[in-house]
Amino acid sequence: MTVRAAIGLLAVLAIAVVAIVAALSSGDESSGSGRSLSWFVAIQPGGTIEEVAARCSKESGGRYNVEVEFLPTDASQQREQLVRRLGAEDSSIDIVGMDVIWTGEFANAGWVEQWPGPLVKQVTEQVFPNVVETASFEGDLYAAPFNTNTQLLWYRKDLIKQPPATWDEMIDQAEELGAGNAGTIQVQANRYEGFTVWANALIESAGTPVLSGPETVELSEGPTIRALEVMGRLANSSAAAPNLSTSNEDTTRLAFEGGDSAFMTNYTFAYASAAAEAPDIAKVMGYARFPRVDAKRPSRPPLGGFNLAVSAFSENKDLAFDAAACLAGRQSQLTAVELDGLPPSRSDLYTTKVVTKAYPGFAALVRKSIEGSGPRPSSAAYQDVSLAIQRTLHPPDKIDPADAASVYEELKENLEDAVKREGLL
Amino acid sequence: MEAHAQRQPAAVSQRTRSERRLAWMLCAPAVIAMLAVTAYPIGYAIVLSLQQVDLRFPDEGGFVGLDNYGAVLSSDLWWTDVFNTAFLTVTTVAIELVLGMVIALVMHRAIFGRGVVRTSVLIPYGIITVVAAFSWQFAFAPDSGFVNNLPLISDEMDWFGDRFSSFAVIIMAEVWKTTPFMALLLLAGLVTIDSQLYEAAKVDGATAWQRFTRITLPLMKPAILVALLFRTLDAFRVFDTIYIMTAGAQDTESVSILGFNQLISRLNLGLGSAVSVLIFFCVLAIAFVYVKGFGVRVEEGRPGR
Repeated sequence: MTVRAAIGLLAVLAIAVVAIVAALSSGDESSGSGRSLSWFVAIQPGGTIEEVAARCSKESGGRYNVEVEFLPTDASQQREQLVRRLGAEDSSIDIVGMDVIWTGEFANAGWVEQWPGPLVKQVTEQVFPNVVETASFEGDLYAAPFNTNTQLLWYRKDLIKQPPATWDEMIDQAEELGAGNAGTIQVQANRYEGFTVWANALIESAGTPVLSGPETVELSEGPTIRALEVMGRLANSSAAAPNLSTSNEDTTRLAFEGGDSAFMTNYTFAYASAAAEAPDIAKVMGYARFPRVDAKRPSRPPLGGFNLAVSAFSENKDLAFDAAACLAGRQSQLTAVELDGLPPSRSDLYTTKVVTKAYPGFAALVRKSIEGSGPRPSSAAYQDVSLAIQRTLHPPDKIDPADAASVYEELKENLEDAVKREGLL
Repeated sequence: MEAHAQRQPAAVSQRTRSERRLAWMLCAPAVIAMLAVTAYPIGYAIVLSLQQVDLRFPDEGGFVGLDNYGAVLSSDLWWTDVFNTAFLTVTTVAIELVLGMVIALVMHRAIFGRGVVRTSVLIPYGIITVVAAFSWQFAFAPDSGFVNNLPLISDEMDWFGDRFSSFAVIIMAEVWKTTPFMALLLLAGLVTIDSQLYEAAKVDGATAWQRFTRITLPLMKPAILVALLFRTLDAFRVFDTIYIMTAGAQDTESVSILGFNQLISRLNLGLGSAVSVLIFFCVLAIAFVYVKGFGVRVEEGRPGR
């Protein structure tokens, strides 16, 4: 290659680099008049997210433009993506779609901003108090409640006359039907967050919280042993689904829709799913509150959902607060229940047409279930607590219902280590 | 080269010295790149492993010496997972060696369509591990998989609900995926054997088995050891397949999953780095055993010093 040819090549390369840099940097300015805000949130199949992002951008009158960045459907993978970005102080996230269990962790790490006083009232108005709790850490609000969620007991009206009030009754009824005759119970018991949801709901229903403070294990002995007995009894009974220890929301729904099981505890999406996928089953699908553990004590069903937080590394925090308030607001909650069947976090919406249409006949039950729910523990070390529960109690058939006390000792010990964040998990 | 230089000390002339300087300058970019992408992260992991660092608790922290290592090594979990990993490594590599050898011999003997045979054998290795793991998981899932519809298998068999069957599927998926790699490394060793040796043995009346054990295996020893070394190091770090199939449930956890749980789930960088560094030392020990114990020379073809 001659010197002249080399110089020519270099000149061409230089021009190409300049052109690419110019093209990349012009991207920000060309996206409309308002600032663009990016919202990292789990994808919803019904299209809620796109819809509310477009509506709020339009209503802002050109002040901001919400751009959606979808996270995977699996909660652990959502968190994994978020913590890697937030841990690296990534300024490209403005609004975070935060699962109810991440609040303590994200707030303590300094990744999300505390909500400013004037907006607190607006975003918590009419919201269920225990849902506001899930968006708060140490008394301060870190997120605007968007949708909430709870589990109901779904059962087959054609097989069961009277829905069971307790887990023991339910297991009796299922055993009586026989495993070959849909006498099984679908619960989520794979080793994942869903297992913690189930275990926590049983322990809460038995009458004791797992933690009494961010770093204090409560777990009083009598009720916890009672909850473990129920778990062990089901797992070792003919009423246990054959894939109990690998089941999740989707496998349980599929089995119920396939007519394999007379009972299932699952989130509210189960009804719409059955109506679409298995109309014959949907016709005979009954609903009741999550069963009790202690016959004398109302059950405390699981509580899920998403809250919207503003990232501490956002360059447009004020705008992001405004946008998040709109995205989580009344109108957006109605969109979420209409398009994706997600229960609103505002209690005053449960008599609206949109909600009663989404939950035909059971809107009031969903509301009561949320009001009486037993949220999972709030702690900056939540992941450690959840992992310790999963490690100790999974697979549930290792719990001998006659000797639940020994498992209790192990659980308590492991949780004591977990809140102190000691040892491997 | 040094031995050569020592024999003729007078030969280190001005010219040789400047050539050496040029050699260093030419190597420098590669050395700097290697330091930046390997030495720095490894060094940083070692530094982190000596501290209490938790992203969720930014105000805490500080030097804790070997506490993190103590916590890992005194935990039953670490030793269970080391056992699981070692078990998976030994089983998969052993099966892969046998199957890989068979495939290599077939590929070597293939008379027609050599290119097609060699390419098609490589397909599993070309598939991304996560995708392959998902395919196997779906195949064995009780609700959507086809495996439970096969004769002799119960419809309700929950493959990932038990330690033994989970391991079986994990091993199958791993073997399916990486046997081609093993076969290819072995084939490379196979083609270097002079065919005249076989002809001579045949003339002397050696059976096919004798030719295999007396000629093929001894001459292929260096290639086999290199293949085993690569696969063992690889297999010891198994992550994707287990993560997709069981995520470590039913006691199928490997040390890499354990590290992931501490680093990504718990954001406990101190403890997680200690696990990572210990895995690094395990891998180092395996390589050491192969190189010193079995005399593997990775740079095959070069005369030893």
